[in-house]
Amino acid sequence: MTNARFQGTDRYVATDDLMIAVNAAVILARPLLIKGEPGTGKTQLAQEIALALGRPLHEWHIKSTTRAQQGLYEYDAVSRLRDSQLGLEGVHDIGNYIVRGKLWEAFESDVQPVLLIDEIDKADIEFPNDLLRELDRMEFYVYETRQTIQARHRPIIVITSNNEKELPDAFLRRCFFHYIRFPDAETMTRIVDVHFPGLKRELLAEALESFFRLREVPGLKKKPSTSELLDWIKLLLAEDISADALRDRDHRKSLPPLYGALLKNEQDVHLVEQVLFLSRREAR
Amino acid sequence: MLVPFFFKLKQAGVPVSITEFLALLEALDARVIEREAECFYHLARACLVKDETHYDRFDRVFAAHFRGAEALFAALVKDLPADWLRAYAEKLLTDEERARIESLGGWEQLLETLRQRLAEQHGRHEGGNKWIGTAGTSPFGAYGYNPEGIRIAQADSRNRRAAKVWDRREYRNFDDTQELGTRNIKIALRRLRRFAREGAPVHLDLDGTIDATARNAGLLDLKMIPERHNAVKVLLFLDVGGSMDDHVRICEELFSAARSEFKHLEHFYFHNFVYESVWRDNRRRLRQTVPTVEVMRTYGPDYKLIFVGDATMGPYEITQEGGSVEHWNEEAGAVWMQRLRAHYPHHVWLNPEPAQRWDYTPSIELTRNLLERQMFPLTPEGLDRAMRALQ
Repeated sequence: MTNARFQGTDRYVATDDLMIAVNAAVILARPLLIKGEPGTGKTQLAQEIALALGRPLHEWHIKSTTRAQQGLYEYDAVSRLRDSQLGLEGVHDIGNYIVRGKLWEAFESDVQPVLLIDEIDKADIEFPNDLLRELDRMEFYVYETRQTIQARHRPIIVITSNNEKELPDAFLRRCFFHYIRFPDAETMTRIVDVHFPGLKRELLAEALESFFRLREVPGLKKKPSTSELLDWIKLLLAEDISADALRDRDHRKSLPPLYGALLKNEQDVHLVEQVLFLSRREAR
Repeated sequence: MLVPFFFKLKQAGVPVSITEFLALLEALDARVIEREAECFYHLARACLVKDETHYDRFDRVFAAHFRGAEALFAALVKDLPADWLRAYAEKLLTDEERARIESLGGWEQLLETLRQRLAEQHGRHEGGNKWIGTAGTSPFGAYGYNPEGIRIAQADSRNRRAAKVWDRREYRNFDDTQELGTRNIKIALRRLRRFAREGAPVHLDLDGTIDATARNAGLLDLKMIPERHNAVKVLLFLDVGGSMDDHVRICEELFSAARSEFKHLEHFYFHNFVYESVWRDNRRRLRQTVPTVEVMRTYGPDYKLIFVGDATMGPYEITQEGGSVEHWNEEAGAVWMQRLRAHYPHHVWLNPEPAQRWDYTPSIELTRNLLERQMFPLTPEGLDRAMRALQ
């Protein structure tokens, strides 16, 4: 057990509630389920925890075709079959054809590792159910070699979900849960500060203002999120656009410069243009 | 103190279990948090609530249960720091004063009186014996006699901030009984998904291949299987026009979500209630209708039937022949409904009208009875229940 506490890193701003959730998960060695709008740093959280606590990180990215078994191990029957037809030596030991999965790797780690199970909701509905015992007891059984693999140190497990599928109750009960809220203006300023330390105050204020105003446009298909804001500011800096230019163009008259970084689909661009057009007409 | 909180959460519809409750106790025991109300709030939420749609309910219960009892958090984490008790005008109460507090009538009474006084008082106050302030003999205010007393406006304590966190109710929008967007609908509809393999075999079936190869004494025998598809078939009957105009947006969203979720989705329109014919294209509704019998013949009982309509009309439109507002119907709507129900064993009616109003509209009540209560409100939560009913 560790006394180290997670308090964010110099690249990642963690709010109080997030820190408490992370620390609870770390101390009690239970999985932490993270949800939130896309682009609020769910995946990055695991990387930062690993960095802050100085732990190795194992990442398991889930796709729609991923099965729970793949995280434990896979029996590579095809290569064994081929080897047997070639008459190779290793064929007799089935252990040679067991391919370790991410979970096994994390279980074998010498120090307590951080395991990221990314986008668990992408997988089949049964996927979380298949991992119940593994996450609870931190052990599993390998049928082919008849051995039980037990975690040397219960890994810190961070699970992210985009809410595409509902997760089963039994699974949820074993996790801590945290929903990353969209940051308010104050937190956002801190986040931008962390990423662009030398940023001019006015530019930041103007950029944030346009950003939050954009988010408030009702009916957007995809609201711009933190990662998009950071990209946008990077672009603004690269193009050397000044705060004045931002303010000038802004006056609720036209789309902000380089809006492509913030609005990711055509309908949204049209929608914002319409809203701007209406407000311009009202102003007259 | 925590056990009643747990039960209150359950009552409020937050699905909490003993395991989660024990996890919270374990976390408190392991000193995950400082002795602060706000930290406790965050920890309790991380332990007990597993869905952001329940955050708002949790906030409300938390506020109701712990309002004023923040002083007890210190007791929760066991040892009380000295400065916790320090007050700038601390004084011991005489027996007489104690009696007076008790005469106010215990805890319940205390809260009630507090509410009244809060309404009366607005300015800052110190040292009196009635108003809320600091160091008074009144049970309300900071550093009073009663450790369970009510802390209010204690400028140097961070707890004051804490009270706001749950009172702000930032997660109101997530409560799933309220808001409904395309995305929510999609998630609810996904419940219906059932994957099955059909079509041309394009994938290598590894298990099948190994099995066949072993049976073949080691000679490779490749087996293929078809891809997995969502095999659920849905028949959507949508009410249009008239009283449904208020609900156009929500129905559009439902429709677009259903469109992208189901490969086998057939939709038909009706007006107010189903009769002998329905139509596919709303613009040509009078010219191109499809007999309901034909619909039943074309789409088998494996289709799941979903009606969407407010079921708000004159009751005779359901019960009487010729009751339809648009045309002369030979048979009553109820008869057609019975036929459809008999043909499609899986059916639900989604109603965009708020469920509270159902009891006051006779036609809704009538329709509900016809459907044997398989009517659900068009909210994410209602949709969810509907999808469960369809399974």
